[in-house]
Amino acid sequence: MSRRSPAFEGEPVIGLRCKVLAAFTAGLLSFAVLGPALGQQSPGANIAPPPAAAPADDGQWTMPAKNYASTRYSELSEINESNVGRLQVAFTFSTGVAKGHEAAPLVVGATMYIVTPFPNILYALDLTKPGAPMKWKFEPKPEPAAQGVACCDVVNRGAVFSNGRIFFATLDGHAVAVDAETGEQVWNTKIGNINIGETITMAPLVVKDKVLVGNSGGELGVRGWIKALDVDDGHVVWTAYSTGPDNEVLIGAEFKPFYEMDQGRDLGVTSWPPDAWKIGGGNVWGWISYDPELDLIYHGTGNPGPWNPDLRPGDNKWTAGIFARDPDTGSAHWFYQWTPHDQHDYDGINEQILLDMDWQGQPRKVLVRPERNGYVYVLDRTTGEVLSAKPFGAVNSSKGVDLETGRLIENPEKKTGTGKVVRDICPTASGAKDWQPSAFSPRTGLLYIPHSNLCMDEQGVEVNYIAGTPYVGMNVRMKPGPGGHRGEFTAWDIANEKPAWKLKENFPVWSGALVTAGDVVFYGTMEGWFKAVSARTGELLWQFKTSSGIIGQPIAYRGPDGHEYIAVLSGVGGWAGAIVTGDLDPRDATAALGFANAMRDLKDATNAGGALYVFRLP
Amino acid sequence: MKTRVLLLMLLCVAIPVAGCEREERNTRPDPALGSSEQGVPVTTLAPGGERPSLSDTKAAEFENNAYHLSEGKRLFDWFNCSGCHANGGGGMGPALMDDKWIYGGSIESIHATIRDGRPNGMPSFRDRIPDDQIWELAAFVRALSGNASKAAAPSRNDDMMAHPSENRLPNATTLGKSP
Ligand code: HEC
Repeated sequence: MSRRSPAFEGEPVIGLRCKVLAAFTAGLLSFAVLGPALGQQSPGANIAPPPAAAPADDGQWTMPAKNYASTRYSELSEINESNVGRLQVAFTFSTGVAKGHEAAPLVVGATMYIVTPFPNILYALDLTKPGAPMKWKFEPKPEPAAQGVACCDVVNRGAVFSNGRIFFATLDGHAVAVDAETGEQVWNTKIGNINIGETITMAPLVVKDKVLVGNSGGELGVRGWIKALDVDDGHVVWTAYSTGPDNEVLIGAEFKPFYEMDQGRDLGVTSWPPDAWKIGGGNVWGWISYDPELDLIYHGTGNPGPWNPDLRPGDNKWTAGIFARDPDTGSAHWFYQWTPHDQHDYDGINEQILLDMDWQGQPRKVLVRPERNGYVYVLDRTTGEVLSAKPFGAVNSSKGVDLETGRLIENPEKKTGTGKVVRDICPTASGAKDWQPSAFSPRTGLLYIPHSNLCMDEQGVEVNYIAGTPYVGMNVRMKPGPGGHRGEFTAWDIANEKPAWKLKENFPVWSGALVTAGDVVFYGTMEGWFKAVSARTGELLWQFKTSSGIIGQPIAYRGPDGHEYIAVLSGVGGWAGAIVTGDLDPRDATAALGFANAMRDLKDATNAGGALYVFRLP
Repeated sequence: MKTRVLLLMLLCVAIPVAGCEREERNTRPDPALGSSEQGVPVTTLAPGGERPSLSDTKAAEFENNAYHLSEGKRLFDWFNCSGCHANGGGGMGPALMDDKWIYGGSIESIHATIRDGRPNGMPSFRDRIPDDQIWELAAFVRALSGNASKAAAPSRNDDMMAHPSENRLPNATTLGKSP
């Protein structure tokens, strides 16, 4: 895990920071250069995922996050900084679906699997043959009506492979197991109900003999849950709700939250107005990580509903937070609430990267979370203690995190409520960063974060709860953040709690990130550019324009010919791209929950349409 | 001179009368849930035949009536239409302020859409909204694409400006430009 570059020169500070630095006095400059000697750690020093959660790379890609530690790091290095400029298309494949493609392709042995947005078709492609022809396709035929209750495009974030089977969820609330060889359905369990607004968009995770999956619906007053299904026959083993009495949240004797604010009986009921928890959100629609040594899974919970906070006084447990649970029983071990009494739709469901590192001289087992509310959190994953929370984007809705109490310090000036228009709140409801997962390289110690740079105006309004219809109560109007660019790609130096470099993008960066041992980072833009940049400097090394905007998760794999390949799904959409896939009218500033207003020109930049792109060296 | 005064007096009477018409309504509507009886064709295609005609006696009563339009606007939020269609620009459901219609833009078709739902995610409100209120909603939906008389369509509301008020929205087809 050695760092290739010397201690400080290799840690570039580009763009704005460069100019700012240059403007400083010589004295300050020499201080900066002396930085490392004055306690600066070299970024990569002793930061690595626990080996049990990130085993040696076998060249396959069997789950969207690559491994249980969720590093999205490939050990392949055939494609590297010096030759990536020669990357070319190996083959493409049209998915035939014109909605947002957020999924990561999977590669198992000599087969690639891709799952599309609604109607959630699962394709198997034969990588041994020229052009990777289709082996089979599996059509689960979800109910078309489900499209009406999917808050933000009808996306699917991927499938997962385990023990000869592919597992994924359909928009209309089914979890499905398919034989990876034959494409035959093994089991199909209905776990969601669209008539109360439940959908499923997340990629499941398989831990031991269980498939873990949660629901979406935080904009429709759906009570959040995560379920564990038996891998063999799909029966539900346990269900943990995100709101309600302790026994339904699976809070028992083992539950030891670190901070006082999360301690007490039945907080999932008492931190709400009477019965509001039953329609209070907290949906588990994002990412799950797993530490096999501690035998704990980690998953976030979504925003409380409705968005208008006046309608739900209280901390609204256990929404907008993170749980550590026992995967066998679901029993909660700890919880931490990123955003108590959320006022801005700051779902807490992003990816968590499990790392072991020296923190202020002490070896710690940490969990790193670039969070929707704008902070990169470093938590002790054994206890839930917050070690660090520093902003990675523009934030004015809060003023930091109190490390004594663990509580987010809210900014009263940006407090929303009924009948009141609050302007220029940063970040937006979609967050400094939404679901799009970051990648971590142990070679650089940097976390590569794809994210947005947006702010918004909000006005709380009254709203009626009608099951199966939206329960939001907020007029929202989004706009570009400081500087006018709407997207950023930030390389975050975890050890030193600051960015190493930042790239600006015109549109929000809504794709996932991939980093490889060739020190190349891959991500896509909503115009459709697929980019390779240097993991150390951020310098653009190669780019290719795909047929539609990219919001998918790139992967790297070793093909049957022994060579390294890079794959990504192109196909604009998602919440940010809903203006294109839903053909929305941006003359209404509140279209797509306010996102259309910030994306008025996206229709001129790209068109909908899903396609797989696979690249290799000549 | 005399005729002028007479004309002026006539005008003074005529304007308020016209104003009254824009508000005219049945103050004792059928309170029952239930629906207009006519079936609404779901397509304009009939093999070899005439284009199926869409007309409902109730349509004229609700279209271009200021009271019904403003009630439609209130109900659009009340029944969470705005949750899926935003303030007309769309979101989970399609935009309603443009000139693209999947299921027809006549008030009868829109009434049928709201009453019966549509397959790709438009819920059926048959058992939730009384028939007359469905007509009010349908009339308001037409106003979103500039298809209601300026005199009757709602004007500025008190909320955050999502778009120009309905009585200033241009017809979606021409967007205010002369053809
Ligand atoms: C749960 C989300 C949801 C709610 C609530 C909802 N709609 Fe819809 N609506 C949709 C979807 C999705 C479609 C598209 C259906 C299709 O394509 O089959 C649609 C279609 C429509 C259409 C047809 C548009 C066309 O192009 O033909 C109209 C009109 C409409 N809705 C009006 C309303 C009104 C009025 C309300 C409130 C009473 C309402 N909707 C509530 C989701 C919703």
